[in-house]
Amino acid sequence: MVLIRRAPARPLIAAGWFPRWLKPLVFLLALSPLLWFVLRLGLLRPGDPVAVNPIETAIRFSGDQALTLLLVSLAVSPLRRLTGWAGVMRLRRMLGLFAFFYAAVHLLIYAGVDQFFDWAVIWADVLKRCYITVGMVAVVILLALAVTSPKGMVRRLGGRWWKRLHALVYLAAPLGVLHYAMMVKADLRTPLLYAGILAVLLLLRLPVPLRR
Amino acid sequence: MLLRHRRPWDLTENDTTPEALWASRRSFLHGGAALLAGAGVVVAASARAATPAGAGGIADPGPGLGGLPLPGITPRPDLAAPEPLTPWQAVTTYNNFYEFGTGKDDPARNAVGFKTEPWTVTVDGDVAKPGTYDLGRLLFGIGQEERIYRMRCVEGWSMVIPWVGIPLAELLKRVEPTGDAKFVRFETLHDPKRMPGQAWKVLDWPYAEGLRLDEAMNPLTLLATGVYGRSLPPQNGAPLRLVVPWKYGFKSVKSIVRISLVREMPGTSWARQAPQEYGFYANVNPQVDHPRWSQAKERRIGEFFRRDTLMFNGYADAVAGLYAGMDLRKWY
Repeated sequence: MVLIRRAPARPLIAAGWFPRWLKPLVFLLALSPLLWFVLRLGLLRPGDPVAVNPIETAIRFSGDQALTLLLVSLAVSPLRRLTGWAGVMRLRRMLGLFAFFYAAVHLLIYAGVDQFFDWAVIWADVLKRCYITVGMVAVVILLALAVTSPKGMVRRLGGRWWKRLHALVYLAAPLGVLHYAMMVKADLRTPLLYAGILAVLLLLRLPVPLRR
Repeated sequence: MLLRHRRPWDLTENDTTPEALWASRRSFLHGGAALLAGAGVVVAASARAATPAGAGGIADPGPGLGGLPLPGITPRPDLAAPEPLTPWQAVTTYNNFYEFGTGKDDPARNAVGFKTEPWTVTVDGDVAKPGTYDLGRLLFGIGQEERIYRMRCVEGWSMVIPWVGIPLAELLKRVEPTGDAKFVRFETLHDPKRMPGQAWKVLDWPYAEGLRLDEAMNPLTLLATGVYGRSLPPQNGAPLRLVVPWKYGFKSVKSIVRISLVREMPGTSWARQAPQEYGFYANVNPQVDHPRWSQAKERRIGEFFRRDTLMFNGYADAVAGLYAGMDLRKWY
């Protein structure tokens, strides 16, 4: 299957298009689910299911956001490829950091609020529960990528090593989706949706020639 | 192992501590948790909303909540869990009822307008009086009781719920199981038009559950028709559901249309879905973990810290004898 026969003759979006408001807007969009969730908790609308089991709901919510942001950040380079819009690359680091941010919130609520820093139980979980092991590996990868995300780190690691390290996102994303798929009881629809989108985003990276 | 058997007439700390005192301790605990959690406002608020018994000793959902009170309910304080009730709001909006969607809040949304009248229940198999009965006729004359039971979900959360219903044993006596009957099988309505969750084959519809006949005849086993002194809302399994308080919640099959007395252990929905995770017995047991998570503790809805899960959900005195000599690791 040839996914992309040729690059658009004229980019759909000008390569250099990057208005000043774009980055703050994307920042707000990425943060808005968290703001919305906190608002719901704070407003305490009677009958809001968020209020019944807030810890469980917060864990699920943050995990969902982490996966979503991970997929969005993985959509950046295919987007450039398909549209010719090179400016989108300037959003990639921020989106990746947001994915890590939600994954960290997810982990902290699990460890700090749900298990209340009961390290023995948490460690037993990591060793014994396969889906937690898998999720933990994904978070550790995202942590390494977040720590090495500043521009200075590219210089210090050297471009080639930095690239190799950051290719680990191709491991973290499937592990994240697997973690989700492994913990659901019966309804695999949402994890399969994530898996499908991830598969498309990875397929779009296949080295199909863009120019003849 | 040292087991302390609490007799029904033994008082617990809850019985001997003035309510105001433990209420203030609870709110203190919740308050501390609140600061730590950030989400604690919610926790404390839902704890405050726990409702004491209304006039006549029947639990009241609170002003403006629920339908009309059901008449003629006999409270059974002797069987009541001595813990604060989970608020009506939580009991009726946080549900696992996949026939109406797999999200916790789906059933409350998707079950609005679910028609439960008329409703017939087919009784068949090894009974002297098989037939398809109108629900009202089937239950006619059996006294409704209020039973405040702990409900422990296999997912690790729990509630304290004031059910209204009849002992299943009363109904079984009415239809007269024959000597061949060894198990009871229950089936939920299968009607994708009325139960939108059934449009997707998440489980092998219709939902089926079962009990051994002696479990079914145990005086704790309840067929519920109401909650909080009101008719069951559809998301809670209207018009007729099972409540087996010493087993994980998924055993308590909802919206029952068929009760069959059978000779062999019947196949049950979750055990078919994932046999290594869910068994036929599904007794609450803190020592036997779900393969993917621990069952040692649970989060009581409205509380911040996890609490220890009790053997048979705290009903060991009444039911442990049913499983004497059985390896509960094998028969999970």
